[in-house]
Parts: sequence; structure tokens; C-alpha cells
Amino acid sequence: MKIHIKNGRLVDPQNGVDAVRDLYVAAGKIAGVGSRPGGFTPNRVIDATGLVVCPGLVDLAARLREPGFEYKATLESEMRAAVAGGVTSLACPPDTDPPLDEPGLVEMLKYKAKILNQAHVYPVGALTQGLKGERLTEMAELRDAGCIAYSHADEPLTDTLVLMRALQYAATFGFSVWLRPEDAFLVRRGVAHDGEVAARLGLAGIPAVAETVALARILQLARETGARVHLCRVSSAEGVDMVRGAKERGLPVSCDVSINHVYLSEMDIGFFDSNAHLIPPLRTARDRDALREGLRSGTIDALCSDHTPVDDDAKQIPFGESEAGATGLELLLPLALKWAEECGVSLQQALAKVTHAPARIMGIDAGHLSPGATADVCVFDPDAWWRVEPGALLSQGKNTPFAGLEMRGQVRFTLVGGHIVFEA
Amino acid sequence: MQANPQLDKEGKLQHLLSIEGLPAPVLTQILDTAASFVGVTEREVKKVPLLRGKAIFNLFFEPSTRTRTTFEIAAKRLSADVVNLNISTSSQTKGESLLDTIDNLSAMHADMFIVRHAESGAPYLIARHLRPGIHVINAGDGRHAHPTQALLDMYTIRHYKKEFRDLRVAIVGDLLHSRVARSQVHALSILGVPEIRVVAPKTLLPAQVERLGVHVFHDMAEGLRDVDVVLMLRLQNERMQGALLPSAQEYFKYYGLTPDKLARARPDAIVMHPGPMNRGVEIDSAVADGPQSVILPQVTFGIAVRMAVMSILAGSSPPAAND
Repeated sequence: MKIHIKNGRLVDPQNGVDAVRDLYVAAGKIAGVGSRPGGFTPNRVIDATGLVVCPGLVDLAARLREPGFEYKATLESEMRAAVAGGVTSLACPPDTDPPLDEPGLVEMLKYKAKILNQAHVYPVGALTQGLKGERLTEMAELRDAGCIAYSHADEPLTDTLVLMRALQYAATFGFSVWLRPEDAFLVRRGVAHDGEVAARLGLAGIPAVAETVALARILQLARETGARVHLCRVSSAEGVDMVRGAKERGLPVSCDVSINHVYLSEMDIGFFDSNAHLIPPLRTARDRDALREGLRSGTIDALCSDHTPVDDDAKQIPFGESEAGATGLELLLPLALKWAEECGVSLQQALAKVTHAPARIMGIDAGHLSPGATADVCVFDPDAWWRVEPGALLSQGKNTPFAGLEMRGQVRFTLVGGHIVFEA
Repeated sequence: MQANPQLDKEGKLQHLLSIEGLPAPVLTQILDTAASFVGVTEREVKKVPLLRGKAIFNLFFEPSTRTRTTFEIAAKRLSADVVNLNISTSSQTKGESLLDTIDNLSAMHADMFIVRHAESGAPYLIARHLRPGIHVINAGDGRHAHPTQALLDMYTIRHYKKEFRDLRVAIVGDLLHSRVARSQVHALSILGVPEIRVVAPKTLLPAQVERLGVHVFHDMAEGLRDVDVVLMLRLQNERMQGALLPSAQEYFKYYGLTPDKLARARPDAIVMHPGPMNRGVEIDSAVADGPQSVILPQVTFGIAVRMAVMSILAGSSPPAAND
């Protein structure tokens, strides 16, 4: 299959390109940029006039819910959602049932994803067996099975010695450890940011220090062990400050934020809207502004969907009992664009946060359009407006705090490995 | 974001879920209506036919005797049919979801639900789920709100103090876990009380409580100085088990209402408590049974206030086609 994508505005952040250029795809690879390779006769020509052509999006956190939670979502439904959102590579956290703590489970997931032939799936292995925070997993075996990093998802890892050993062991092999900073004792049964809204609504609070106390512990251990640490879903202004400080002191940490936390605040809980029940909790407008600025300045490297499909039954119950999480794969691109527009960031810089920056954190060769690279491409209309109708989302999770909102930027084509896997 | 479901488009009360966001005239209307019912509760025949033929479901997902009973009495004095359901012991343990329970009861033609639930916000979920014309009264949800308690407190304050606009009111105790306190703060500020104080150790105050418009005191003697009204809160024994407080004895010494501490308030200050009281923990018997205590009148007024809320809500129903 040879595809010629012509007249599009090609934006390739890694190569510093933002210009009208044609893209040529052959044998699953980028065959040429700007100039037609010799002897290239396309089977299909895509007229991308007025459209943006960019690397397929790379998402650092998308829960596919397999194995174990197929009633919430299936690999099939979520992979369709991914490519509809222009996402061509995604990392899935290990909090499945059972957790991704054995090579066999990881191989099975990779295999099932491969035969669907849509987005590339990169499992993140469990850092401890059963995510119980007690015994290390066979990290090297998991790597051989296809894991690109190790994490504890949202499960508490309270034993500091276990955390240090896990980091030491990962550092032995140069593996990357992804940690979401949160002190489980300070969270306890909290369900919302411990601030004005939780006080008013009578919801159990999660203070911002739950994040900063944990961050301090992780940063000290990262320095001590030399492990490569990626910090997931920072949520507070103080957290952003601590990450900036650590980077300034030369600690090789990276950091991401979810699309939800870049737009929403505790106020969006409104009258107990369980769609705004998220992990970590939505914090104050000041925290949100610090996250937006941190993403702009580079303290925060990447933007992710933190895609978490939840079934209706788990949301149609009182806020405090409801399951946390929001669907996100189909919203990652428009929300990245919205952030860029609102923060005066160039399209190139915005797309970097969802393409080559997360690819670098994952350690994969993706998120760019260099000749010879795997042809994972997203073609979108930057000016198309659409309304978020939960029922119309392809993800099985219809839970989103953005329901009813107008989004700008709609995917027209998604190519994975040179094949058109989505077309609208 | 979802809209506030308790007022309809014309600003009429459809449900009573929280005091927050209610206009002052709505609160005043409830208090005035309650005043007209106080007479009824003192008559020999304590019934009026306002809610005849209406089915009211007392839906208690959390055990309560006192509140449920006062709602039941209020509904019966309005001639409604009352059904009491203690759900904590029936369908929830069988795994039926909250909204399934509501659907089933709605199918039995309920006109009004009185809901108590351990989770903050549960009555909102129910109110949003019901078809128009069926009303919900929040009888206490988690730590969030207990609007009829706050209204009966306001009734009591108005009864003894006549006006709200010159008062200094102190709320003392476990504000962190108290739905009563949250509703009281909103009611007091909506009705124009210029100075609302809260008195508690830091472990029993919600984060950023001052954003609710209250002055924070940790020293009770200071907090009670020259106040007109003291609203005591119940301290549950389980609070001693975590790391919130060291002991009931120490709590009583520093935050229990004793005659000594009450002497700091104005001589005509009144003392209130939502009940049930823990004598010797948050309040000394000498105060609870003393001349400044209006704790028992609170209970009596509570029935009239609940009658008022029910009748106002029922009056707001759209008339049925064949009526």
C-alpha cells in the first residue's frame, strides 16, 4: 500500500517541521517528506488541503481494561477509540485483573493487540507482584515479554524500603520506573481535593501534601538509586515546583499531566458530578494554572489522556462511592490543541507534548515523521468543531467531565504502520 | 456541569437538598409557614388535611430514630400516608443499586422521598433521577447537609432572638464531620447574621473553612465571648479512635460547654444542640438542663418546620391532568 498525503500542513515537532509538505508512505514506512521518492506510484491519494498532518499521537496512560474488566471496556472498543482519536501508540498501566506482573499476561495482551492491528500497545509492567507493594516482579523477564517500564498504577506502595529496592533493581538494568506521587495515609478515604469544595460538599479530602510528601520521598530515592523515574499525573502547584527544582538540580526525571487536570478544577464537581471524580483529585484553579504553565515551560514533559473507561453502574452512585476516572483517548488531541490556543503555544510545541515527548519517555521509536520511520500518522482538521456526546464516543467508557462541550480539532485519518485504520 | 436541581426554572423549590444557594425569601417562607403549624401541633386534634392522599416514603439508608420519627409525625399531621423503609437492612445488602431502589418505589406512586444516606450527595443523585413532580427532602447526607435541622435551628433562633441581623453566633465542635454545621453556616449567612464563629481544634475543621464566611477560633473562651447563640455539635465516640483527638476527657476540658465557658457569652445567650447529646463530652448537664438551654423546644419546632417544608414542596407540584 502506497499512500500520498498531499497539500497538508506537515507538523513534525521532533524534526522541527511546520510547513505545507507532501508525505509519502510505502511498505509501512515514511518513504519521503516533501519530495516524491523515485518510482512512487500511490494506491491512494489523500488530499490534506487545510488539514494538519502530524505523527500519530503517543499516549502515556490508557487503560484498556483487559484482562479482567471486560465489562467496563474491551481491547477492541478501546483500540477503536484510540485510532479515532489519532492515537497510534499507547502505554497501558498494569492495574488489570490480574495485574500485569507475569510475562505470560504481557505476551497475551501484546498478542491480542497485535491481531487487532490498530494502535501499538506498550504494556507497563507491575513494579511489585500483584501490585501489593511487597515483592518485586521479574522485571527483566517482563521486559523481554514487551514491557517498556514498571509502575504501581494507583495502588499504594507504602513500604519505603520496597520502593528503594525496586528502584535499585530497575536501575541495575536501566529500566524506567513510573510513579504517581501519592501518600496513601494522607489519602485514606479521600475522594476530592481537600479544599473549599470538599469542605462545602462534605466530601472526604485529599490534601495537596499527599502529593508533595510522596514526591519528596520519590525524588530522594531517585537520586540515591540513580533509577530513571517518570512522575505520573502531577496535580498540584507545589508538586510542579518540586519537579522543576529536581530538574534544575540535574535529576533525570520526567513528568506528565492528564488532560483533565489541565482544564478542570475542584469547582467542576459542581453538585456531586461523579464524572469529575478523578485520581488524583481535581485541585484548585491555582493548581490548574500551574500545571498549564508547567507544561508550557517544560517542567512537565508530556500530556496524556489518563484514559479510564468506567461503566455507568460505577458512576450512577453517590460521588464518594463512585469509581474514579474518565474516558480520554478521543479527547487528547482537541484538548492539547485547546491548551495550545489558550496558552499561546505553537501547534508544533503542543503536538510535541503528545507525540515525541511521550515517545521518548516510553523509550520507543515513534512520534516523528522521519524518512524510514514506521508510518504512524494522524491527519486532522484543526478548525472542525464538534460536540462531546458521550453516546457517540467509540470508547466503551462514556464517562467524561467534558460532556456537552465544544471541541475544536477532529481526526480525519489515522495510519498505523502505513495502513489507514481510521477514516472520517 | 450539572445544574442545581432543587429549584425549578421559576426559582420555586422542587426539592430540599441543601440550604446553600437558597434565596433568603425561600428560607423566610419556610419559617413563616412553620409558625402557622406550631399552633396545629399544640391543638387537641393535631391534624390538617393538606397532604391527604399523598404517599411519603421515609427512606433511611442510615439508622436514625429521632429524625425519622419527627418526619413521620410531621407527615401524619399533614394527613399523608407514610411508609418507613430502613434500607440499610434490606435491599442494599442484597446488592440492589440505589437508583433501582428508587425506581421500584417510584413505581409505587411515591409523591415524596425523605432521604437519609451515609454518602454526601446521595439525595442529589436521587433528585436528578426522579421524574418531575416527585420531591426529595434531604434528611442528612454524609457530611454534606441536613437542611431541615438547620431550618429548625433558625426557627428557634428567630423565636428567641426575633431578628438575625444583629446576632453573633458560635458553632462549637466537630465541624469536619458535621452536616448540621454546614447547613447552619449557610442558613445563618443567608438570613443575614453578621458574625458566625466556629470553635474547634484544627483536627475537627474542614480545609479552608474560613472560605465559608466564618471566623475561626481554637480557644473556646475567646470564641464564646459576647455571643448571642451557641450551637453545639455532637461529637461521635468513634472520633476518639483515629488520630483526631486524644480523649473525651481532654475534649470536654477544652471544648465542652460548661457553665464557666458559657459565662463568657452574653447573659441572654441561648444554647442549642441537634441531639442526641453526649453529656460530659461536648456539653455539661448543668448547661444542657440549664435556663439558657432551648434544646427541647428545638425538637418541638422541628416538627412544625418539617410540616412546612413538606407542604411547600407538595404545593409546588404541577397539577395532574385529571385533578
